[in-house]
Amino acid sequence: MADVPRSAVIGRDGLDSLIRALSARGRTVVGPTVRDGAVVLAELSGGDDLPYGWGVELEAGRYRLVERADGAAFAHSAGPQSWKTFLHPQRERQWTADRDSDGAMTFSQEATPAPSYAFLGVRPCDLRAIAIQDRVLTGGPHEDSNYRSRRERALLVAVECTEPGATCFCVSMGTGPAAGPGYDLALTEVVDGAGHRFLVRAGTAEGASLLDEIPHRTADPGTRAAAESAVTAAADHMGRTMPPVDLQALMRGTLSAERWDDVASRCLTCGNCTMVCPTCFCTTAEDITDLTGDHSERWRRWESCFDLEFTHLPGGPVRATPHSRYRQWATHKLGTWYDQFGSSGCVGCGRCIVWCPVGIDITEEAHALARERDAHAPAEER
Amino acid sequence: MPVPYRVLRAGEETPGTVTLELVPEHVALNPFRPGQFAMVYAFGAGDAPFSVSGMDGDRLTLTVRSAGAVSAALARARAGGTLGVRGPFGTGWDEPAGRDVLVVAGGIGLAPLRPLVRRTVAARERYGEVSVLIGARRPGELLYNGEILGWREAGARVLVTVDRPEPGWADDVGVVTNLLDRAVFDPAVTDAFVCGPEVMIRVVARELAGRGVPAERIRVSLERTMHCGTGHCGHCQLGPLLLCQAGPVVSWARARHPMSVREL
Repeated sequence: MADVPRSAVIGRDGLDSLIRALSARGRTVVGPTVRDGAVVLAELSGGDDLPYGWGVELEAGRYRLVERADGAAFAHSAGPQSWKTFLHPQRERQWTADRDSDGAMTFSQEATPAPSYAFLGVRPCDLRAIAIQDRVLTGGPHEDSNYRSRRERALLVAVECTEPGATCFCVSMGTGPAAGPGYDLALTEVVDGAGHRFLVRAGTAEGASLLDEIPHRTADPGTRAAAESAVTAAADHMGRTMPPVDLQALMRGTLSAERWDDVASRCLTCGNCTMVCPTCFCTTAEDITDLTGDHSERWRRWESCFDLEFTHLPGGPVRATPHSRYRQWATHKLGTWYDQFGSSGCVGCGRCIVWCPVGIDITEEAHALARERDAHAPAEER
Repeated sequence: MPVPYRVLRAGEETPGTVTLELVPEHVALNPFRPGQFAMVYAFGAGDAPFSVSGMDGDRLTLTVRSAGAVSAALARARAGGTLGVRGPFGTGWDEPAGRDVLVVAGGIGLAPLRPLVRRTVAARERYGEVSVLIGARRPGELLYNGEILGWREAGARVLVTVDRPEPGWADDVGVVTNLLDRAVFDPAVTDAFVCGPEVMIRVVARELAGRGVPAERIRVSLERTMHCGTGHCGHCQLGPLLLCQAGPVVSWARARHPMSVREL
């Protein structure tokens, strides 16, 4: 390890080399690219696929690409997708059942090898989101073995945030804008008078060996300082904040708040927030039988707690009203996730705000709940 | 992935409710404890959670009331057919640790309690008073009629009530809580086990807590939608509780607050 660099500086061509080095190692490289008016996550064949010169303009219920003069590759914040699209795919076959002429059943599971992904451009909030899904899907008494094999084979190249969006609140959730643990490589983009370059740090031996393989130069103090100040400045430019209170306690204490009626009057229960959320993991089981009637497949697909069917019981749905369904989503994300999985389920990426068709803002709802609670609390408890 | 189990016997308990005795086709699942549940699969229809109503070596007993697509398909199962079973999942009924044992069941809620009752009456000498209170809608909907006499003979006080009596009905009429006055138990040293419709669980648990049974020693078994049984599908949440892991058997100390919030 002594000869392998732990940090270095690469140029724009270094990103292209990195993508090629990852591909040469047999990895499917996935990262941001512009498609259909958005920065989406898709397979990259080279550095030119990256969204150089594109930024985003975000607001509640609004997402627009904007051109940037500086040519930055990562000056956009969270897009409509997250890495769960790849690690926890929307649809997955779990097992198949076959019935013979005597009615005897056999079950089988195909052992398809998981793809070996390299994710390029994992934002610090999304890095935490991946860790949260790890806990949900592999950290309990039963593990999702398909998820585990995809996850174990995935290499993560984080990119620190220097351009937070108007809907970002990672500082409130403690997830960014600097990259936390879990990356193989972490990049910080610097564009200034000294050029367009990336400070690269290796978090694992594989990251370090990749860095060694691509054209790089020693990390100079100027680039280090510029990278650090860009990330520090980003922390001061969050578009949103959560109320500075114990959110778990706030959610537990406001289950009967009037605010839920208010938000329910706006919520369409479309479930967009759950689809774009990088930690929402809920799924439903589907059984599909072919025309012979003797071959059936169990599929698992994403499901949303906003669907009426989600809590179906013989006596009817448990959460019949939009009020209870929005409350379930928000209190799970910000509160009961701690009880179930030991952390918040929210990473402050702001996707749910951007992609809500009516612009419901989870930070605004949390502030309103906090105000309602405080208005009802005796003065001495405030 | 489910494990195939063969139906040894399928007997109608009441109209629309059958008890299935299952034996593994090849390899058995790990042993189930009373109160734990299985995900039971009917070919092509899907699977659903059922607390086992009996276990004997490798054999499993399930009591299934036809209510949805999966349970209807299971209720149609006949001896010789095959089903898929996953499990064991979730928490079970703890072994009673106190002196007196009180079991309160409503309707199909007696099914998850049956293995506990059988275990308790089989070790009757370990306990002080053992009371089993059973409520059903109609006399014809009482489960395990053939066994109840045996429970009585083994020394359990079994009281039965129905909402709608029929001619010749000599037992009680009304809700199951009415029977609490005639059950014999010292609240401070009682372990209570409750299963039935949610509204009944709430009323019974509150009543028992009001009479002084410690909330940690009142166990209730709860029902929610479940698609996986393994804590990954997210459907079975009741506030902080992921019921396929933290439940289905939960102490009233943990269930009381989430069960008091409407539509949680």
